[in-house]
Amino acid sequence: MADLMKVTIDGITVEVAPGTSILNAARQIGGDIVPPAMCYYSKLEGSGGKCRTCIVKVTKGSEKDPRPMPKLVASCRTTVMDGMEVQNITSPEVLEARSGVVEMLLINHPLDCPVCDQAGECDLQNLGYEHGLQKTRYEFERRTFERIDIGDKIQLHMNRCILCYRCVFTADQITNKRVHGILNRGDHSEISTYIQAAVDNDFSGNVIDVCPVGALTDKTFRFKNRVWFTKPVDAHRNCDHEKCNGKVTLWYKGADVLRVTARKDQFGEVEEFICNTCRFDKKATADWTIEHPTHIADTSVISSNHYETFKPLPVIKENLALQEANKVELEKSIKF
Amino acid sequence: MESLSNKKKVLEQKPLNLAERMYLPAIVKGLGTTMSHFFKKSSTIKYPEQQREFSINWRGMHSLKRDEEGRERCTACGLCALSCPAEAITMIAAERKAEEKALYREEKYAAVYEINMLRCIFCGLCEEACPKEAIYLDGPIVPSDYLRKDFIYGKDKLVEAPLEVK
Repeated sequence: MADLMKVTIDGITVEVAPGTSILNAARQIGGDIVPPAMCYYSKLEGSGGKCRTCIVKVTKGSEKDPRPMPKLVASCRTTVMDGMEVQNITSPEVLEARSGVVEMLLINHPLDCPVCDQAGECDLQNLGYEHGLQKTRYEFERRTFERIDIGDKIQLHMNRCILCYRCVFTADQITNKRVHGILNRGDHSEISTYIQAAVDNDFSGNVIDVCPVGALTDKTFRFKNRVWFTKPVDAHRNCDHEKCNGKVTLWYKGADVLRVTARKDQFGEVEEFICNTCRFDKKATADWTIEHPTHIADTSVISSNHYETFKPLPVIKENLALQEANKVELEKSIKF
Repeated sequence: MESLSNKKKVLEQKPLNLAERMYLPAIVKGLGTTMSHFFKKSSTIKYPEQQREFSINWRGMHSLKRDEEGRERCTACGLCALSCPAEAITMIAAERKAEEKALYREEKYAAVYEINMLRCIFCGLCEEACPKEAIYLDGPIVPSDYLRKDFIYGKDKLVEAPLEVK
């Protein structure tokens, strides 16, 4: 097709529709070259452009104007041009700038991961692990806020917030009346419900899932267990709510469902938003039809001790006798 | 075949002479060795009463530490249990109440913390994993007992005694 744009990211060429952002073009390629995103969320309109973790270097603007872009650009907000060439992980400049961004995001972060319920599935933790420094260079006092209850099921820890605005966009978009937003400006900005009014909406629980850090957490799961000790299982139920299809992930510990979340895709974004009844009130196995264990990336701490994937050694692939001997394990690896 | 290392010594077995065939000189010599040990310093100690000094990198029974204000350091993050290769550690976390601020350092604490000393291999990975410097394997040898259930050590046995106020 003629109207497709050809863009090269880290040497891999892909053809995408006009108007696609560099980030989404990279996601179509997939793998290591996808820039990390803390604020951009494909399901939320208008999100992105705030955290600057997805910055990339454009070495060739387009076929018609091959000059490079003078500065690093936010890939979630920059649309592709035909013939554009982008460097992400192949450019040391980008990696250095990104680690600077991570340091910036961590300036006011309390680093209370041992206490935080998000630890183990936290985007900021992953980012810090990959790009962060071992020690903080910040010597001043971090901003602190009191904990705020948003309704009786959601807890807001403003200390941990990185001001990605995802929850605000969720409130704008998923719920039909805006009941929370951002107060103050700059360093004093703070996610808040106006005069701490309880969020009263059937979908308010989704702000927990979109939050990339532990700022918005599930009060029904508060300090119940660490995520890496729970086992995620995909399940569904016939939800009465017309907008909710009841497809969720149950987080089991033993026989108990400790937490219900929406299903997340490989980029950590929820597939479909779920209603509060599914999320907070249905915590018995009898409420759900269980499908299969959720796939967790091998690199995630949640997969530790779960032994879900068995990677056959190359020698097994070649040797028929060994294939016969490891039959059970091989069948397991095919299943999921 | 020729030896590769040249360390091999071939024993020559001569027939025993008269003194050797009588065995008595050998028995006297052996008894003499035994007797000489009566007058030497004993190389063992009477264990539970007497104890040897441990080396500085000794890893013994775990202890859960308190901070300088006497509050428990452990925040039940679960990293010790995650790192434990023997899966000996379990815990249940709880939220600190406002009046318990003097007892626990962080807003979350371990309400139950159990180590199964029969499973534990004293590898020290929990100590390495702890982000709060709360667990150290600085205790003595774990004492023996009769029942398996008595080897599951709870917080009553693991947490350090509170600081004495002078």
